[in-house]
Amino acid sequence: MKAWVLAFLMLLAAVRAEAQTLSADLSSHVIGITTGFVGANLVLFGSTDKPGDIAIIVRGPPTDITVRKKGKILGVWINRSSAVFHDAPSFYAVAATKPLKDIALPENLTRHAIGLENVKLQPIGRMPEQDLATFRAALITAQEKVDLYRDSVAPVTFLGEHLFRADMFFPANVPTGSYSVEVLLLSGGEVVSAQTTPLIVSRIGFSNGVFVVAHRHAALYGTGALIFAIAAGWAAGAVFRRV
Amino acid sequence: MEIYLPIAQMPVDPFVVLAMGAFVGLLSGLLGIGGGFLMTPLLIFIGIPPAVAVATQSNQLVAASVSGVIAHWRRRNVDFKLGLVMLLGGGIGSAIGVALFAKLKALGQIDLVISLTYVLFLGLVAALMMIDNFKVLVLRRNVPTRRKLHEHNALHRLPLRMRFPRSRLYISALLPLGIGFVGGMMVAIMGIGGGFILVPAMIYLLGMPIGLVAGTSLFQIIFTTGITTFLQAVTTHAVDVVLAAVLIVGGVIGAQVGTRLGHLLKPEYSRLAHASIVLVVAVKLAYDLFTRPENLFSVVTMGN
Repeated sequence: MKAWVLAFLMLLAAVRAEAQTLSADLSSHVIGITTGFVGANLVLFGSTDKPGDIAIIVRGPPTDITVRKKGKILGVWINRSSAVFHDAPSFYAVAATKPLKDIALPENLTRHAIGLENVKLQPIGRMPEQDLATFRAALITAQEKVDLYRDSVAPVTFLGEHLFRADMFFPANVPTGSYSVEVLLLSGGEVVSAQTTPLIVSRIGFSNGVFVVAHRHAALYGTGALIFAIAAGWAAGAVFRRV
Repeated sequence: MEIYLPIAQMPVDPFVVLAMGAFVGLLSGLLGIGGGFLMTPLLIFIGIPPAVAVATQSNQLVAASVSGVIAHWRRRNVDFKLGLVMLLGGGIGSAIGVALFAKLKALGQIDLVISLTYVLFLGLVAALMMIDNFKVLVLRRNVPTRRKLHEHNALHRLPLRMRFPRSRLYISALLPLGIGFVGGMMVAIMGIGGGFILVPAMIYLLGMPIGLVAGTSLFQIIFTTGITTFLQAVTTHAVDVVLAAVLIVGGVIGAQVGTRLGHLLKPEYSRLAHASIVLVVAVKLAYDLFTRPENLFSVVTMGN
């Protein structure tokens, strides 16, 4: 009994200590996508009262991503095999005070999914290890090409001893949904403290209006699109008649 | 400058899209084709998801064909009766095509079927047209269509004969019905107006006066693309009106200019241009099917 109480008190102390060790927040928790959206910059500010390194991992809303591989059949290249990754992050970027290999042991990087080579990508069903690796690499390459996964580690800078900041850029093609921004404090290669901040990316204004009508009032939307097209064609005909 | 497309969920440069719309519209007005077989690959090339590209460009084809038909109508170049018979076949064709599309999609090889159909149809049409052009332009033979007013082929004697006074034809209704049917299937399966196959079929199979072909095929395409737009909006939610609006502005301007230029262009050359474009697209698609792709992998993210 005594041991239980002691363990509980120790846990409580640890939680309290952790709460004080690290705190961070974003300059904004919402990114609004308007018709003129060209991407967004956010600043993450934080403070810590313990020495160590900071790593920030930004993950987009989980989604299913299908990777298909072409093969040759009768001289024609067609999709032959595929892998579906369940709940893969739709966006992934990392910021840190130092290169990742200098702040944590490889197994810790893997455990906390820090860095592009450690992104958690869980395939649906079983497949040989080697195939899985190629499909995984293809997914990462494709996402990198559209700037939704980033291999480069963005800088986290300390302003004095306790305060740190990181600038984060979200491209114009950023997926909508809820993001998680995980801030880790590492010391001696181990994670000693962590905090997660939410971030919402959503369409707003006209562009959201169009999306909502297209999905919830599809018949109305389709009719509107048709009327618009017919009117535009007619108007062009009328205008050009005089030219 | 960039604008954000709400359904495609990505930004694009509106001037690039405008230029694409104008280019395809110009060809559409000039040659009486919808240009869908060019627009879909162009949209996919600039990064628009294929589903959005196919659905949206059917919407823009409605506008382009309306403006094209108005221009042809003013010159009395539309055979409405024949167009309506084709349309009837088109409706049946697109209904069956939609069902077939769903079946092929379930089998997981819809992309391959689309590519193969394109290569087959485009290749066939291009070859026929090229042979014809060769005869006319190089061998200086007479235009092989409608040498006389009442030229008929065996197909014309099928049952259900009908008079089409505007085209001065007395032919089996099954023929325009069948052509419309094939066109309707293509709208559903390939997401295009099907003008590139309708136009030669109307010239070579129906033997209609060449001046009426473009206007009549466009008249029919208004309805098949209109039906497709609506079905896409309701089932796939992939019609992007912002993208369509930009394409339409470019497209209608291009189509009007094209229709005007069409009168300056000799029919032989207009058909040669048509055949060359179709041939280039067919060769490109065939090349892609038979050569090892640069990237063997393709990645699809579920929409949210």
